[in-house]
Amino acid sequence: MSKFKKGGKRGGQAISTAALPDIVFMLLFFFMVTTVMRETELKIKVMIPKATELQKLERKSLVSYIYIGTPIPALQGQLGTAPRIQLNDAIKSPKDIIQFIEEEKEDIMEAERPLMTVSLKVDRDCEMGIVTDVKQELREANALKISYASSKTDNILNQGKQN
Amino acid sequence: MGRRDIPEINAGSMADIAFLLLIFFLVTTTMDTPTGLMRQLPPKMDEVEPPPPVKERNIFSILVNANNELLVEGEMMELKNLRERAKEFIIGRQNVPNDERFPEFKATDIEFYGKGYPVSKQIISLQNDKGTSYGTYIQVQNELVAAYNEIRNEEAMRKFGVTFDRLVELEKEGDELSGRRVDAIKDVYPQRISEAEPKQVGKIPQ
Repeated sequence: MSKFKKGGKRGGQAISTAALPDIVFMLLFFFMVTTVMRETELKIKVMIPKATELQKLERKSLVSYIYIGTPIPALQGQLGTAPRIQLNDAIKSPKDIIQFIEEEKEDIMEAERPLMTVSLKVDRDCEMGIVTDVKQELREANALKISYASSKTDNILNQGKQN
Repeated sequence: MGRRDIPEINAGSMADIAFLLLIFFLVTTTMDTPTGLMRQLPPKMDEVEPPPPVKERNIFSILVNANNELLVEGEMMELKNLRERAKEFIIGRQNVPNDERFPEFKATDIEFYGKGYPVSKQIISLQNDKGTSYGTYIQVQNELVAAYNEIRNEEAMRKFGVTFDRLVELEKEGDELSGRRVDAIKDVYPQRISEAEPKQVGKIPQ
C-alpha cells in the first residue's frame, strides 16, 4: 500500500476538477433553453417540399400547425389511404378548422392575435384539393397569415419528384 | 466563526448528475427553426366588396393542371423558364407604356424615387386544379417569390449599391435608413401573387 501511494504522489499533482460542474451546467442550461419538446405525434406521413426562397417563422408561440398527408401505414387500416388533416393529436375534417383556430387564438394575447401565423405542413405528394379546402376554411376563420412549410434546398429544379 | 463546524459537502458527483441531464437534453434537442413561404390569404368574400375588375394586360396568369403542367399567359411552359418570364413581366416596359403584352404603370410617390415614379400594376394570378400535386404548387410559388427577390436585389443594387437581402438584414439589426430603403424597394416592386379562388365545379359558390 505505502509503496503505491509514494509512487503516485511523485508523478504530479491531481488536476482540480472543481470547475467541471460549472462548465457542464453551462452547457446544460444552453441545451435546456434551446430545446423544444416534440408536442404532437404524427399520425400521417408529412414530407414537406423543398424551396429556396424561405422565410423564417420568427415567433414560435404565434405559430399553429396544420398537418396534411396520407396516414402512416400502421393506421391505414383505420383511416384509409386518402390524405387526412391532423390538428394537434387528432385526425380531423376541414370543418373542425374554424374551432381549432379559435382555440389557438385563445392562447395568444389579444394584442398579438393579428400576427398569428398558420403553418401548413403538407406532404409534397398530396393533391391540392384538400389544401384548397383548408385554405378556404382558414379564410372563414379569419386566419389569413399562412406559411407553406418547406425545407431549404440549393436548387429546386434539380430535385426529382420523389426526392 | 460558525463556519468551522459545518463539514464541507462533497460536490464530486454534481458533475455526473449534470452530465446525465446534459446528455438527455442533447439527445432530445432539435435545432431547426421552422421555415416556409409566407402568404397572406384574401379575406372572406362577403366581408369585402367585390374588388374592382383588373385589366387583362396587368394579369400574369399561371394555370397548373392535374398533370402538373404549366400554362403561362396561354402557352405551355417548363418550370425552369417561369422565373425569367415572370421577371420580364414584373419589370415591364417603362419606356414603352403602350405595349399591350406588359402591365400598365401608375405614378406613385416613393421616397428616394421622387414624385410620380411609374410603378407597374402587375398582378400574378396562380390557379391550380384539384389534382395538382402540392410539390409542384410549391415549386411554382417558389419560382415566383424568387423572381420578385431577384428583381428587388437587382433594383437595390442599382439604386443603393447593396442587395435587397442585405438591406433586410441591416433593417433587422436596427438600421433605420435601411428600413426606409427596404420599404421603397417594396413599393417599387410590390409582391402581388394572387392565389385565385378555387373553381368549384358542380357547386354554387356561396
